[in-house]
Formats: sequence, structure tokens, C-alpha cells
Amino acid sequence: MAEPANPADTNRPALALHVPEPKYRPGDKADFSHIDAGSPGAQPRPDESCHPSQMADLAYGLVRVLGDDHQAHGPWNPRLDPETLRTMLGHMAMVRAFDERMFRGQRQGKTSFYMKCTGEEATSIASSMALASDDMVFPSYRQQGILIARGYPMLDMINQIYSNRADKLKGRQLPIMYSSREHSFFSISGNLATQTPQAVGWAMASAIKGDSRIAATWVGEGSTAEGDFHAACTFAAVYNAPVILNVINNQWAISSFSGFAGGERTTFAARGLGYGIAALRVDGNDALACYAAAQWAANRARGNHGPTLIEYFTYRAEGHSTSDDPSGYRSAQEREEWPLGDPVMRLKKHLIAIGEWDLDRQAAMDIECAELVKATTKEAEKNGILGHGLHHPFHTMFEDVFEELPWHLEEQADQAIRERITKFGSERPFG
Amino acid sequence: MSESPDTMTEATAANLPERRINMIEAINEALDIMLTRDPDVIIMGEDVGYFGGVFRATAGLQAKHGKTRVFDTPISECGIIGAAVGMGAYGLRPVPEIQFADYIYPGLDQLISEAARLRYRSAGDYIAPLTVRSPFGGGIFGGQTHSQSPEALFTHVSGLKTVIPSTPYDAKGLLIAAIEDNDPVIFFEPKRIYNGPFSGYYGKPVEPWKKHPDSVVPEGYYRIPLGKARHVREGEALTVLAYGTMVHVTEAVCKAKGIDADILDLRTLVPLDIQAIEASVEKTGRCLIVHEATRTSGFGAELSALVTERCFYHLEAPVERVTGFDTPYPHSLEWAYFPGPVRIGEAIDKLLSE
Repeated sequence: MAEPANPADTNRPALALHVPEPKYRPGDKADFSHIDAGSPGAQPRPDESCHPSQMADLAYGLVRVLGDDHQAHGPWNPRLDPETLRTMLGHMAMVRAFDERMFRGQRQGKTSFYMKCTGEEATSIASSMALASDDMVFPSYRQQGILIARGYPMLDMINQIYSNRADKLKGRQLPIMYSSREHSFFSISGNLATQTPQAVGWAMASAIKGDSRIAATWVGEGSTAEGDFHAACTFAAVYNAPVILNVINNQWAISSFSGFAGGERTTFAARGLGYGIAALRVDGNDALACYAAAQWAANRARGNHGPTLIEYFTYRAEGHSTSDDPSGYRSAQEREEWPLGDPVMRLKKHLIAIGEWDLDRQAAMDIECAELVKATTKEAEKNGILGHGLHHPFHTMFEDVFEELPWHLEEQADQAIRERITKFGSERPFG
Repeated sequence: MSESPDTMTEATAANLPERRINMIEAINEALDIMLTRDPDVIIMGEDVGYFGGVFRATAGLQAKHGKTRVFDTPISECGIIGAAVGMGAYGLRPVPEIQFADYIYPGLDQLISEAARLRYRSAGDYIAPLTVRSPFGGGIFGGQTHSQSPEALFTHVSGLKTVIPSTPYDAKGLLIAAIEDNDPVIFFEPKRIYNGPFSGYYGKPVEPWKKHPDSVVPEGYYRIPLGKARHVREGEALTVLAYGTMVHVTEAVCKAKGIDADILDLRTLVPLDIQAIEASVEKTGRCLIVHEATRTSGFGAELSALVTERCFYHLEAPVERVTGFDTPYPHSLEWAYFPGPVRIGEAIDKLLSE
């Protein structure tokens, strides 16, 4: 390396590199009093056709509906009927029960990997409930709530997580990387932010064809640093694509806090403004605000008024995945101190406050969810768990690489089957 | 579309009216035909719309088919391929153009991790029926960012097909087949031979396509199946495995030296026509592989391994590879880099002397 120029010799100040550092590390007392969450009901709700510059303040504030009094406030109140609210609460409770059981299943050795969405349930469930069921979603890996909300069979989810012989993805994908064309749910990649320009492309195709369906994608705040996200924003803006770009700001990308994606400088919603994209920043733990924001963006897209970037400000209450231990890098107090509470609790208290729910019904629902998940898990286990032999036939490893099997894959499939005979003997039935 | 009743084979195409066109015109015609036949085909890329592309491959197509079917894109290969994957999931059949193969790298993740694996990872739920067209190869004083031959990066990826035409006739028929294919296809166009076949003797005047028999291209629709090599010339002395520009260069060298070569134009690298390769090498016992791309881990290495593994007892001499050097493509020393007649000639002499 060349010798650095000595500031004393050049009369120029010495340069200093800024490496972001989160406020709290393990053992620290967490204090979130610096977060200005604003007041529920305080944010204006612009017309869905307005120019992004006319609503720029919404990229810096926080759209909130549910107040400390558990009532819904202000122009963003989506005024959902109680039945819809109970359905929403039911989906959120179900996802939470599902996450608990699947996490435990991984610890019991039934599969290799799992990812919970604890604390973020509203950002997928409430927001997807505001879309039409045939609007196309391009999720990241923490939006299991969309599948639950869209009525995807839980048995199929668990079969996929176990990579067993009934897994619709034939045991090829890491657990939770679901796909369901039938439910307008795109195949989850595992590579980050790749789904964002794809969602824009799908939305462009829908517009090319004069269709009425729109697209929505979800991406973590950490992954907004990927070039794909910026390509998605550019294409969405250039072609006025009917797409919703949801950024889930859950504060943490594994062990890297949001500052490593630029969160110290500005909000993630503000990214949209530079592209001329309508931007909303929303309390992601407020299911009503999530629903209202998604509904606003869906109306905008459907009316040919273009894309919307929504930042859901939330908190990843658990580890990144079963392979992660957040006690190694962040304060254990953060979860308790998070100023925007828990999305399931808040929606529950709202329903109780408006006289449409009570603790007995809640307790019964929690038991019902846990029992359904347990029964479905047992059902899935009949199809096998990972590594216990009940997988798809061997030859399927080579299928779907191409539409038709070329000669070199046929040869390799023969080899794989020969190896299996050598290993287990020809008596053992194999696919 | 492949089930269409008016699907034609190479044989029936021979009955169509005779005209002579160059490779750009052949590609433009293939795109025009597919835009007309299939309402789900769309074309996008940098400068491909109103202007018609920097090499004119899409000239006139926007005016004819409309702005929402042939349009310009931002300068973002990641965005172009990523959007194309999403369009494919919708049910379109996108034909994105990457202006130069050298520019394709920002789109690699979308090709390698997304397009190539979508059918597999979703167990057939979603497919990525894209055809990514891109001019490739050197010999036009393009320097290190307009001359590369990165085909081996793509043949190494499971789930991608790689197609490289060497004549106007093949360019049209292969491009139509690629667009109709339900798997992602990388379609590299050897830009040195867009306007005429290249002998490798760069000091000589460029010969136009119209003197070449394969510039006779039927006007209508026809397809050349992917995975089938073309026998350029039957011979006994040695087998030549080549594709793109190097088919013509090697053919010219063999002709100049009076070598009775059995020359195969591979046309498709994946899937590869292994039967044609085996049959030829078993006949001649000697094998020369020629490509313009860099040598180490180039597609020639794969070909050499396959020939050695499958035809070893028929070989009379070690397999020879002629390639570009393992350097970036230089500007002023382009012709010293290019695997031209001298390098090919020496390899032939060596092969025949053993």
C-alpha cells in the first residue's frame, strides 16, 4: 500500500471512516425514547392519485391507527367490520402457533431449518388481506402469514418444511421457501431482493396485457441495499408499474442493525421519494395501519397511478432463524422495550375495546390454533420428516432442471441410482 | 407454440422461396415472426425500441408491433433479467436483449439463481421461458468490454441452455426455437459475422453473407431444434468442434491447408449433441476444438474431457484445443489475441503429425 498523505504535510484534515454501531449490545439497557412514533390518527391520508411529492412527509412520519386506548383513530382507519378483524386476529394467532411448533420441530430434529415471523405478523397478514386473492405476491422468507391468510393448506406447508415424500416442491428447497401458483404466491428464492424486480416485471406484464391484477413484493430493510431493489424501484418508476414494494424494517438483518442498510441517515420509505415513487411509513405492529396502507397502495396501483413503497416499521422479536442466537449481538431487553408493542396483542385489545371479543374467546382460539397445528403436524409426519428416508423418488432430483431430461442428466441419474444400489443393495426398493 | 399445426421442420423449410440475407436481418425476421405469431412474446433492452438496437437487430419492430411489446429499458441488466423472470411467471415469453455479452454480468444472479432454477425450485409451478439475446465475441476492435465470449459461465449453470448460431439460416431457425423453448436460453450472437462470414484473415476485405450458401433464408417460420449440431463439412482427417465465428475461421484454414476435416458446428452447447461428436471422432480419430473464449475452464475443456472419456480408444492423438489467451481481450493487440489461422494451423499440424 502507498504511504498515506500526512494531514500535517498537506494542510488537509485527516479523514475518518464511520462504521455504524447499534445503540445497544448484550447487557445494555435498551431505551427507545429517541424513536418519534407520532400519534395514532395524526397522519393525513392523501388521495390515492396524488403526486408522490405532495405526500413526501408520509415517508418520514409513521402512519398509525390503533391508539393506547385501543381504539382506531384518524383518516387511515380502514373501518373494517368486526368479522374481518376477527379473521385477521385468527390468522395472526395461527401463524404464531405455527411458528412455535415448527421452531420446536427443528429443535427436535424433524427438519434442518426454520424462520419465525414473531412480531411481524401484521406486515404480511394485514397487508395481504388488503389485496385481492389473485393479486400476485413475491414474498421474501418471512411472509408465511400470506399463505395462512390465503388459505394455503397448512399440511402442505409442513410437508415442505419436512422435505418429505408429500412435499409439493419435491424436497428440493430449504424449509419455508414455499411456492404456490394456485395461491398467486411466487416461489421464494432464498437469495435476497431478487424477487423485487421480478414483482415489477410481473406487474409490467399485467399492464402490458391490460389485466386488472397487481403485484406486491416484500423485502427486508437490510436487503434494500441489494442492487436488485434499486433496479426494481427504477423499473417501477419508469413504467409506472402497478406494484407495491413492501420494505419490512424489522431493525435487524441477522446481526447487522438497520444502520448497515443506511437506516441511520434517513427512513427506508424515503428511498421511494428519490425515484418519484409514492412512499408510506407505517407502524408495522398496528394491523389496521398495515391494512390501510396496503389498501391505499393497491387502490393507487389499480387506478394506474403507479407504484408505492411502504416501509413497515416493526421489530424482529426472535432470532433471524433457527441457526441464529440474537443474544450474541443485541440487548435482550429490546423486545420488551419496543415502543410499538406486539401486533397480536394490540389487535386483540382493540377487538375487546370495541366489544367484539373477550378473553375467553381468545383463550379458546389460542387452544384451537395450537391443536390444529399439532394435529396437522402429526398428519404431516406420516409422510416423513427430513432425513428419515421418506423422500421423493431418486429420479426426481434430475427432473425439472429442464422441461425435458437431456442425455447428460439421464446419465447422471443412472449413476445416482447405481450408487444407491451399491450403498443399500438391490433388495431395497428405490425410486 | 411448439404444438402449432403449422410448425415446420428444416426439411419443409427448404421448399420456401429463396432469398439471401445477413445474420442481423435473419435475427430481425425471427423476432418479427415470433412477435406476430405469439402475443405473449415481448422484446425489451437498452436502445431496442424506437432506435432498433445498436446493431439494428430490432429495427422496425416497435413501429410494427407497438410500444408495449418492443421497448427500451433502463441501463440495468439486473433489472432487465429480473423483470423478464417476473414477466415469464406471468405467462409472457420475454426476449430481452443485453447490448453486449460483456454487459451481462450485473444480470447474472437473476439468470443463475433465478431463471435457471425457477422450474426446479418450484417443482414446475413457475417457469422462466426467456431468451436472452446478446452479441458476443471479438474481432471488431471492441476492446476488453465489447469482445468477450463468456459462454462457459452459462454452460456451467444447471438449467440454462446456451445457443450460438454461425449462419443467417441457423440464426433464424435457432432463435425461433429458443423463443418457443420453455427453458431459459442464452442466445449469443457472434457479432463479427453479423454482416459476413469471417475467414480469420483479417487483412482481406470482408466478404458479405450473400456469397455464402447459408445466407439463403426462407421468409416464413421454421425452427432448428436445439441440441443438434450441424455438419459443416464431411471429412476423414480430423474432427473440428467449433461454434460461432470460429466455424468459419477453422473452415477457411482447413481449406487453405487442403485438410480433409470433418467440421461440426455445435450450434447448441447445452444441450450438447454428443452423438454427432462421438460419431465424428470415432471416424477420424483426431479432434481439434476451437473457441475464441479464454482457455482455462473454457467450454473446450468440457469438450476435451468428453471426447477423451467417450472416444479414448478411437483417438490417434491427444485432443487439441485452440482458444483465446487467458488475458482480457486487448484492443491494439486484438489480432495477436484472436485464435486465427496461425494458431489453428499449428494445432492441425500437430494433430496430424502424431
